[in-house]
Amino acid sequence: MSGKSGQDSYNFNSQQNQVIIKKKYCRFKKHNIKYIDYKDSNFLLKFMNEQGKILPGRITGTSDKYQRKVGTAIKRARFMAILPYVADGLK
Amino acid sequence: MSLVNYESAIILTPVLSEAQMQEAVKSYRQLVAEHGGVMVGETNWGLTKLAYPIKKKSTGFYHFFEFQANSDFQAILETAYSRDERVLRFLNLKLDKHAVVYNERKRKGEIAPAKKYESKEGGSSI
Repeated sequence: MSGKSGQDSYNFNSQQNQVIIKKKYCRFKKHNIKYIDYKDSNFLLKFMNEQGKILPGRITGTSDKYQRKVGTAIKRARFMAILPYVADGLK
Repeated sequence: MSLVNYESAIILTPVLSEAQMQEAVKSYRQLVAEHGGVMVGETNWGLTKLAYPIKKKSTGFYHFFEFQANSDFQAILETAYSRDERVLRFLNLKLDKHAVVYNERKRKGEIAPAKKYESKEGGSSI
């Protein structure tokens, strides 16, 4: 009854699932940014992944209030063809 | 009536020549003035590549108006834009106080002007 022997010796701290825990802070509170311009696409790219999807707040560390503002800014930029809806290799 | 801050963004079809583009923009500037609006500022990106083709066109003239107008002016502007076939796409926004401060600082040069991102690969892949 060794069960899934391979399972027991699974090293949870092994390198490949070591999530780099970087200190998360809301950049909008820290730098006191109050307005997110939908035209500023280089700034909005920081909140999007390779395929042009909006990154969740838990990854970028932004607080909920500014995450919603980032969301609307990105959607407006997409509507005005400043940012693509779907992309590959966006960065 | 008190004036409200608005921003209006339009994309003009690339088929237009420079003069036609200026003329279209001028017609909207007059529309704002006619209805008692105050034009605060304008930015023009000129002919830029669109992130995805709109109406089979992959480039367009971007033009942004920032003005103060009465609250009922928005509907007039929308019908004017939708009736005009030179405008590929438009977006009218109401600006809150933070946006006004931001635009003010940008005009004074404290913030770098927003440059549209250039996608690396040449044509858009879609």
